[in-house]
Formats: sequence, structure tokens, C-alpha cells
Amino acid sequence: MLLDSPHWITIVILLPILGGVACFLWRQHIVKLALATSIGTVASVGILSLQVIRNGVQRYEMGAWNAPLGIELYVDGLSLLMLLVTAIVGLATSIYAGAYFKGKKANLFWPLWLFLWSALNALFVSADIFNLYVTLELIGLSAVALVALSGGANAITAAMRYLLVSLLGSMLYLMGVALLYHSYGTADMALLSLRTEMTPTMWLIMGLMTVGLLLKTALFPLHFWLPSAHASAPVPVSALLSALVVKASFYILWRLWIVVFPLDNYAQANLGFILGTLGSLAVVWGGIQALRQTRLKLLVAYSTVMQIGYLFLAFPLANIIGWKATLYFILAHAIAKTAMFMAAGNILLYSGHDSINNLDRMAQRLPLSIAAFALSSISLMGLPPSGGFIAKWLLLEATIVSGQWWWGLVLITGGLLTGAYAFKVLGYAFTQEDSVNRPCLVSIPKRMEWMALSMAIFAIVLGFIAPFILEIMDIGSPFSGEVL
Amino acid sequence: MNFDNWIPLLIVIIPLFVAVFIFALAEDKTKTRSVLNIGASLFSLSLVGFMLWGVSSGHHYEIRFSFLPGLDLVLRADSLSMLFVTLSSALWMLTTVYAIGYLEGSPYRSRFFGFFSLCVSATLGVALAGNLITFLLFYELLTLATYPLIVHRGTKKARKAGRVYLMYTLTGGALLLLGTVLLYSLTGTLEFVAGGFLSALDSAYHSLFVLVFILLVMGLGVKAAIVPLHGWLLQSMVAPAPVSSLLHAVAVVKAGAFGIIRVVYDIFGIEFSVTLGVTLPLAIIASITIIYASIRALFQDGLKARLAYSTVSQVSYIILGVAIAGPIAAVGGVVHLVHQGVTKITLFFCAGNFAETLGIHNISQMHGVGRRMPWTMTAFTIGALGMIGIPPLAGFISKWYLGLGALEAGQSWVLWVLAGSSLLNAAYFLPVLYVAWLKKPKGDWPAEQKLGKYETSLLLLVPPLITALFVVLLGLFASLSFSALAWTEFIISKEFLL
Repeated sequence: MLLDSPHWITIVILLPILGGVACFLWRQHIVKLALATSIGTVASVGILSLQVIRNGVQRYEMGAWNAPLGIELYVDGLSLLMLLVTAIVGLATSIYAGAYFKGKKANLFWPLWLFLWSALNALFVSADIFNLYVTLELIGLSAVALVALSGGANAITAAMRYLLVSLLGSMLYLMGVALLYHSYGTADMALLSLRTEMTPTMWLIMGLMTVGLLLKTALFPLHFWLPSAHASAPVPVSALLSALVVKASFYILWRLWIVVFPLDNYAQANLGFILGTLGSLAVVWGGIQALRQTRLKLLVAYSTVMQIGYLFLAFPLANIIGWKATLYFILAHAIAKTAMFMAAGNILLYSGHDSINNLDRMAQRLPLSIAAFALSSISLMGLPPSGGFIAKWLLLEATIVSGQWWWGLVLITGGLLTGAYAFKVLGYAFTQEDSVNRPCLVSIPKRMEWMALSMAIFAIVLGFIAPFILEIMDIGSPFSGEVL
Repeated sequence: MNFDNWIPLLIVIIPLFVAVFIFALAEDKTKTRSVLNIGASLFSLSLVGFMLWGVSSGHHYEIRFSFLPGLDLVLRADSLSMLFVTLSSALWMLTTVYAIGYLEGSPYRSRFFGFFSLCVSATLGVALAGNLITFLLFYELLTLATYPLIVHRGTKKARKAGRVYLMYTLTGGALLLLGTVLLYSLTGTLEFVAGGFLSALDSAYHSLFVLVFILLVMGLGVKAAIVPLHGWLLQSMVAPAPVSSLLHAVAVVKAGAFGIIRVVYDIFGIEFSVTLGVTLPLAIIASITIIYASIRALFQDGLKARLAYSTVSQVSYIILGVAIAGPIAAVGGVVHLVHQGVTKITLFFCAGNFAETLGIHNISQMHGVGRRMPWTMTAFTIGALGMIGIPPLAGFISKWYLGLGALEAGQSWVLWVLAGSSLLNAAYFLPVLYVAWLKKPKGDWPAEQKLGKYETSLLLLVPPLITALFVVLLGLFASLSFSALAWTEFIISKEFLL
């Protein structure tokens, strides 16, 4: 039966890259090819999900080589949800980009983006740390190229900085991989989890890998490169970077902490506390910075710095509820941030600027985009009903259950800061400006407005389908023994 | 599946759909919009009537959806929720008519009526919520849906008012959320149960329960405008008059007060609240609010500002009634939910009429307005006397029961609060009546426009007259079996497990 075939994992990885090559070769049909590839990829992820939901964790050895030598692919609930969110964001961005990019830039965008999609999918199904390195590097390179796509001095500077940070991060990670392989003779995560123990080398390994990945995830205070890169990139790219790319390195770090690093309770508590504190600082700092921005896209970018901070509460709250909460945060943020960047992009394109103080009655002139901005803000604020609320609720519960209520205060503060900067934008969007010097307005393709709104609505819908998604999280969960 | 159980959902969903549909409607389709608005509210009202009949004959309407593992979204029609639902949907109907008249010809009406319906949906959700998480959901939705109405005018002042409103309400929402999560972690349930469900739990938790109580009541107190959490209500006067009615009478402050009733009765249970020792502080805070806001009202020349302070003061009657912790006072407090709503909406409608027809915003401009607009002024007078508590108007019934209840509960100091506040009410309302009826007009009105054949357009005139009539009827016929009072006694008998 076609649906039972074990090859869907590979298809999920190979299809986008093949589509990317096709886009490169037949430029006259580039948008059609790209959209067909996107739909095909989403469909294959869909079939893979059915398999995982029905049969549990999927394992697959490429070329039938066994674990220590060959490439092993592995899909559990966590991987599956990452694949799914990538598929949803990916499809939405593809549709949006189909209207956004014209001419030469389109020729460059599509191959790079499909290449990135391949690398993301490959990362989420990799079972060994070396593969993770390869995919991480591929993601970094294509992301940098995508940032540079918008041209202009700002974008090039931002892209260069991003490139250096990205390379430095991967290098630190690679050193960790090399040391791990040297010490324990395998790169497979499952095998490593049986072999690693707390030695001085292990501390070094943990330090190298963690710092490298934090740099790529842009955790405060290593976030300096993110706002300029995310804000100066073309809109679809900003969405992809904020929604997916920063999550990729976080995903690796999270897996390593849970599976590979042999943390005893003491180390867990202390290191977790440090990461949680950095996360909290990111929430506060990112929130304040977002509030201070005068340009909409930069505000949205700082909002990402802030939201990344939330994810790091996963480390002090490493129990089943905290785990689920963090994963829900990833999903909710990815969807909502895509919508928000698209909405901000529409406003920028429409009025030729994205100065927040001059949004002059935007609520009336671009109602769909403002609605998208508002709905995605609701999710980012963590107000009910939305994906963000579910995540916040679970995380608050985790803080209380584990007796670490102070992290809850971070969540509350973060929610209020998000409310402050989101409603700053919305307030100006409702206000009528005194002066009547309006720059020429560009009409926005309806498709771009509706795409933003659909993603925003989806962010809200995530608040209603929690039981279903939480069940998927249980598939192969490292905490599956614990009861919620 | 039994269709009956879907009615609560239907009641919440109808205005939601209306909102979406109106958003999509072109600006100039005034007729379609009005028909849709009024049709939907009439249909809701008939559903409410049907449920009212059902609930009074012991029927049970409940619908649940899985929200999180172990936690459902619940909509349930019990006697307390029906009180609020009936009030909101009836006033929704009238406010819609009024708003259609008020906003005639002004821009962005689609947006306005869309968010207006959304507010109503949220309020009905608050009323019908069967547990705290559902309540929280609609409570926050109400915050969000009100914001665009407050900033509707699009001026700098409106934006500032919106910002202040959100600063208060979002912070309040955050406290409510904290309290809710804490409660859920301690008890594993959030279901509203008549008589509460906490008293059965381990006494080791008592200090934490006090914390939960403080968090919840502070979170709700923001919307209920308890001093010192009332600042937003004054700022948001910049909004158009129908929005003020919505804020003051139908939705927002009511949601806060209603929430406090729910928390005290259906989560903590009144007896357990007394055991925890939280009711007396609550009564004291409510009393301070009543007196303080009345004094502030004295010094306002702006008509809406005076009414706003009056709201702050009157809503705390509800909380006071709950906090006295005796069944008779409780009747007085809960029934004031309805009485204050009907009375205050009358006053705001009238204030809107003065502003819209004559350009009057301040009391010092009201000289002789009774001659120019006798019908509006009559409605205003009834509202004002009702607020003071002159028998046989609705406000008197509330105060009577509050006073009796305070004596019964052995808290005679409350009588001083009631007497003081009635005096102050008289002191800030009677001069308005005096000036309006007995003084001569000072000359031309600030900005007069001729609206319709009568003193103002009928759409603006009929709603306050109807609500004024209700102020009289609710008082006169309080002893009849279908009055708000009788219904409240029915509720309270359940809550006190009599």
C-alpha cells in the first residue's frame, strides 16, 4: 500500500530540493513549479503524519545501513509537529511569495527557499548529531542568502553579520560533535544517551554546543544580529526566519538537553536556572526594545527576540507539562509570527513606509492586514482563545506544579509587554492623522492580505484543538511516563 | 443529541456571526446592517425568553467542549447567568436601536457595529460561562472587543483613553489568569458550583486560597471599577454615547461585578468566604468606593463624568451586597445588577441625546433643557431619582434589601454607608434636575441640530423612554413573580442552600 510505504520520510526531505532544482532549470514556469512542490511537500508531510499518528514513532535507515554508519531518520511526536508547522508556514509563505516576488528576485528566491525547506525537514528527522550539523549549516547558508536577497546596503550588512554569527555558531557546535564522537564512538543520539556521563570533557562539550546553538537561536544577549537580519529581509523571508529558522537550532539544543546530555539533578537545576534567567531577560529586554521601535518590521523582529526567551523556560521546567508548553509555544509563535510579518509587510508595501506613528487610519484602509496583526498579537500576548494562551496556561501550570512560581511572573510581564507594543501599533492604526500628506499608495494583491489573515486565524484556532495536538506530543515523548 | 443544550452556544454565536457579517458589509449598506442587527437581537431575545422559561421550570441547559486535557469549555444556563443574559440581551436590543440613530451619517459604521456585536457576544459568553476558564476566555475577549469602540473616534484623546483602558484591563486579566491557574493547580477543577467547592478542601491550603481570592477579585475589580482600579472608566468617556452605555450598563463593568458574584458564590461559597475572613475587607473596599466616587461625582461639571463616577459608586453596591454575606443583602446586591443597568443606561442615553441634539456636554450648559427636550429630561429625571433610591423606583428596592440585609447580618455600619451615599446621590443629581427644569435657558444651545419631527430623532428618544419605564416597573412590580427581584430571590435561595 502506498500509504504504508516507509519512504515518505525521505520524500519529505527530497521533494523540496528536487523542486528547487527544477525551479532553477525551468525559470519560465518557476512559480507554478514552486507552488506544486510546496503542495506536494505538504501532502507528503500529511501522509507521514497519518503514519506516525497511527503507528507511533517511525524509524528509517537510508540505504539500509545500520545506525552507527548509515544515516538514520527518526520521527516522533516532536519531530512530526516541527515538520507540520514547517509545512503550514511553508505553504502559506509560498503562496504569499508567489504574489510578492517579481522577476529576477523570484528566480533567486524559489530555489533558495525550497532548499531551505529541505534542510529544515532533514534537520527535524535526523537522529544523529552529525547530520544535525550538516542540516544546520545548510539552513544557515540558505537563510543568509535569502536575507541578502532584498539588496541594499542595510540588508547586505545584516546578511554579512548573520553569516559570521551563523558560521561561528555551527563551528562551536561542530567542535562539540567532534569531541562527542571522539569520546563515545558514535554520533547517534539514542546510543549517545546510553553512553554519555558527566566528565570534564562532557562539560566542555556541553558548553561549546550550547553556546553555539544559543548564538544561532539568538538568545539574549546573543541576539544582537537578529533584529537587523529579520527586519531587512524581504517579507516572506522574515516570516520564515522568525517562524522556523531560529526554532531549528533551538530544537537541536532542546533534544540534546533532554536526550544526550547526562545531566544530574544538580546540573539540571543550576544550568536550567541560568538558561531560564537568560530567557527571562530576553523576554523583558526584547519587550522593552520592541516597545521603543518606531518602525513596524523592527518591532516585529524584537518581538521574536522576546518570544524566543519564553522557549528557554523549558530548561528549568523540564517536566512533562513544561515540555508540552514549550512545544506549543513553538507552534503558536511560528504561526502567529508568520501572520504578523505578512501583515507588517503588507502595510509597508501599501504605504511605502512602516513608521508606526504614521499608520493613519490603516485599520480602515487595510482592514484585513490589521485584523491579521491584531489576531496574531492576541496569540503572542497569550490571551484566550489562541495557541499562545494554551502555551502560556500550560507553562504557568508547570511553574506552579514544579514550585518555581517566579517564572510565572516572567510570563505575565511578557504578556503585558506584548500587549503594550501590539496595541501601540493598533492604536495608531485607528488614529486619524492631522497632516494630509499621503505618499502614493500601492494596492496590495488580495492574496497577500488573505494569507496574513488565514495564518492569524489559524493561530487562534490553535487554541481550540489543543487536546488533539497534545496527544501527538505524547508520541515517543521523553516524558511519556509522567502523567499530565 | 438534545437540541436544547445548544441554545447557550447559539446565543453566544449569533452576535459573533453578526459581527463577522457586518465587518464584511459595505459602509453604505445601512439598511441591511440595521435589519441584521435588530433581527439578530430579536431572535436572541426570543431564545433567551425560551431559556428563561426552561430554567424557571427546572430545566438544565449545558454544553461542553474539550479545551485542554481535564478542562472543558462550558456554557451553562443557570438562574444567575439567566439574570445577566436577560439584562444584556434586552439592553443590547435597545442600545442597537439607539446606536443606529446616534451614528447616522458618521463614518466607519460597519466597523463600529461589528465590534459592538462582538462585545455582546463576549458579554453573553461571560454570563453563560459554566466554569472559570470559559469565563476568563470571554472576559478577555470583552476587553479586546471594547478597545476599538473606545478608540472609535480616531482622535489622539481616544487613543490615549484606549491605552489607559488596556493598561488597566490587561493587567487585571493577567491577575485573573494567575489566580485561575493557581486555583486549578490546587484543586484540579474550575467548575462553578452553587455553594462553592473549596470548603471541602484541606485547611492547609487556606492561606493560598486567600491569595487566589485576592488575585481573582483584583482582576475582576478592574472591570468592576473598584477604587482605586477605576481610572480607566473616566478616561473612556471620550467614546460615543452608545459605547458608554455598553461600558457602564450592559457589558464591561457588569462583567466585573458578575465575576465577583461568581467567585464568591460559586467557587468559594459564601460561608467559606466568611470562614476565610475575606468578606469583611471586601465590604469595606466596596463602601470606600461607594462614598469616594459619590464625593468625586459632586465636583464634576461634565455630565458624562458625573455619571461615570456615579457608576463607580453604584456598581460597588452589588459587591457590597455580596460581601455583607447574608441572604437578604445578597438579594439587594444581585438585583442591583439589573436595576443599576437599566437606570444607568437611561441616564447615558439621555446624556447622549443632549450632546447629539444640542451639543450639551456640561451640567452648566443644561439650563432650561427640560423645556427644549421634555421627554428626554423626564427619562433622565426618572433615572436620577432611581439612582438616589426614591421609592417606588428600582434603585429603592436594591437599597431597601441592602439595608435590611445588613441589619440581619449584624453589620449596622453599612446603613451609614447607604445613608451617606443616598445623600450624596441626591446632592449630585438634584441640582442637575433643578437646573434643567427650573432655570431659564441661557440663550442659544451650543450646537443645536434639528433631528426629526420631535425634540430629537425617534431612534434616540424611544430607547431611554423604554428603559425609564422599566426603572419604574421594576420598582413598582418588584413583588410579582416574574420581576428581577423574584428571580434574584430564586438565585439566592440556591446559593445560600436555603
